[in-house]
Amino acid sequence: MTSQTLTSAAPVRPSSAESSLQRSRQRTAWLLVAPALVVLLAIAGWPLLRTIWFSLTNAQLGDLTQLQFVGLDNYIGENGVLRDAAWWSAVANTLRFSVISVTLETLLGLGVALLLNTPSRVRTLLRAAVLVPWAIPTIVSAKMWSWMLNDQYGVINVLLQSLGLIDHPLAFIADPDLTFFTIILVDVWKTTPFMALLMLAALQMVPSDCYEAARVDGVPRLRVFSHITLPLILPAVLVAMVFRALDALRVFDLIYVMTSNSRLTKSMSVYVREQLVDFQQVGFGSASATVLFLVIVLFTAGYMAFTRRRMQGV
Amino acid sequence: MCQIRLDNVQKRFGDNPILSDIQLTVEAGEFCVFIGPSGCGKSTLLRLIAGLEDTSAGNIHIDGVRVNDLAPAKRDVAMVFQSYALYPHMTVYDNMAFGLRHLKLGQAEIDRRVRAAAESLHLAALLERKPGALSGGQRQRVAIGRAIVRQPKVFLFDEPLSNLDASLRVKTRVEIARLHRSLGRASMIYVTHDQTEAMTLADKIVLLKPLAGQDGVPSIAQVGHPLELYHHPRNRFVASFIGSPSMNFIDATLQHAGADGLACSAGGITLPAAADARTLPAGSSVTLGIRPEHIAVGQGPLKGRVIHLEHLGEHSYAYLETPLGATPLIAKLSEQQAAIGDTLPFALPAPHLHVFDAEGDALPRLSRHDVTPAALATH
Repeated sequence: MTSQTLTSAAPVRPSSAESSLQRSRQRTAWLLVAPALVVLLAIAGWPLLRTIWFSLTNAQLGDLTQLQFVGLDNYIGENGVLRDAAWWSAVANTLRFSVISVTLETLLGLGVALLLNTPSRVRTLLRAAVLVPWAIPTIVSAKMWSWMLNDQYGVINVLLQSLGLIDHPLAFIADPDLTFFTIILVDVWKTTPFMALLMLAALQMVPSDCYEAARVDGVPRLRVFSHITLPLILPAVLVAMVFRALDALRVFDLIYVMTSNSRLTKSMSVYVREQLVDFQQVGFGSASATVLFLVIVLFTAGYMAFTRRRMQGV
Repeated sequence: MCQIRLDNVQKRFGDNPILSDIQLTVEAGEFCVFIGPSGCGKSTLLRLIAGLEDTSAGNIHIDGVRVNDLAPAKRDVAMVFQSYALYPHMTVYDNMAFGLRHLKLGQAEIDRRVRAAAESLHLAALLERKPGALSGGQRQRVAIGRAIVRQPKVFLFDEPLSNLDASLRVKTRVEIARLHRSLGRASMIYVTHDQTEAMTLADKIVLLKPLAGQDGVPSIAQVGHPLELYHHPRNRFVASFIGSPSMNFIDATLQHAGADGLACSAGGITLPAAADARTLPAGSSVTLGIRPEHIAVGQGPLKGRVIHLEHLGEHSYAYLETPLGATPLIAKLSEQQAAIGDTLPFALPAPHLHVFDAEGDALPRLSRHDVTPAALATH
């Protein structure tokens, strides 16, 4: 009797997958994830569904009860978001911002991580210090940089002038040629630490004896980096890049605080807020928010498909 | 020729001495084993030779060249790590070829070397696999292959078998011995804590003892042929470390010492031993040592009661409670059937007794045992 129970519960026999032990394990698993699922449905699922519903209506912010169903007009109608040049310019801005800032942050983050990975007495201190820009709220750092970069009384202009690098103050935030560069600079300053710490964690997972074996074999440092370090930390780097890219695609606070109304830097999120709040177009704004959501879903799904293929390839 | 010479080598980590006064020569083509209890610095000594650690003092010469300031790569050594240190993202082939690619050897030569090593290590069918898809023994062989393809002057092995199961360990041990014979001129230094590996592989054993924070004590307890250490341990530490089960020790008092041997008393019983104790005054404390297989059970003037038996199939070990001391003596039984509670007669043959003075140093034995020049020459 006892031996029978044991064999039927043994995981080596997949045919008996529906044993009572396994069923009770599954019940426990569902029970444990249920609270998280409920919370997720309440705080993410419900607002999302509501947004999608509004996007199919002509709701106005002034009175959300007076609305009519308009189908896909807000998307592909004559004045739909997908036919709005301003929307496409926001998409282009966002993509440009994401690609440039994530690339710079990855390269700089890798450099900082490699520096932090070399044994040193002050390493722990540096690791904490590096986090400061990441820990400051974006609004605060955006304001701080706005003042520092101000063309009349900003400290950066004073510094550059006293070093003789420029002969007149630069309007970093107002000058159309400089605003985009400025936004990216501040974002890179803020999020490089995040990338650096994720990559540092990956670097510390590389077994040290691999390095020692390469040292005994006399493999040049650059080759060790390109053939051992880089391939081994690549999965973590990719995850960090995806995290950052998802953040960058939704970028809002930095751009809103520093250059709120400039067409040159308007991102998708800033566009959505403008429609929803400034123009009171809840229906149209919800449609653009939904498109933004779909862009991010597509990106995430693409990434997940890519990693799944990679994992199976190994 | 690739002799390795260590001259008064010291290693400290901060204030903590790890190795001191290492004076050692490993001859060309020799198989030298570093052995000792954990914490004795045997792996550190290997890493000093590899160049992965710097000496605190003293000189290391490989092939007549002082290598203290040479990078590991310039020392012409190859190392097999305890953890194998395989590159997890590379195939077996690339793992072996990686250390050669920067040497400008030419693709054909690299391919020839890798395939030859794979052939001799039975890895030919696995060349396209990654380490994650290999068993422990296969990974081990890849690690050895990676060392072979470099054709170094010196092979360094850091406990290469410690992660393998018992039967694979014996098999790989034989393969390493075969490898050493086939490579002929290359010297090998091998670190282990397993004395069977040391006894079976070594031309020369270097037994290290932990310094435990003491300064000015040499780290090397004894250097010599395995049988030399087994039959003529220089002190109690060597005697107790080499041999399994360990040597029996009996506290005794010296009664009389002469040119033909000595007599001492333990637990009121007088025992003769074939050692020269003429440097010690009568009445000195000494320690007698005898290996389990040298206790003659079945006859003799002494009596011991069996309190525990270990049957190993081919032979058994009996734990004998005797009037000689509080610690039971372990004796090897070959044929006799004994049961717990039996009282067995036994003798401690004088030629087999080791005698150590109060400091633990061995007194000269009057008969040489089994370590004939002929026995040494066969190795």
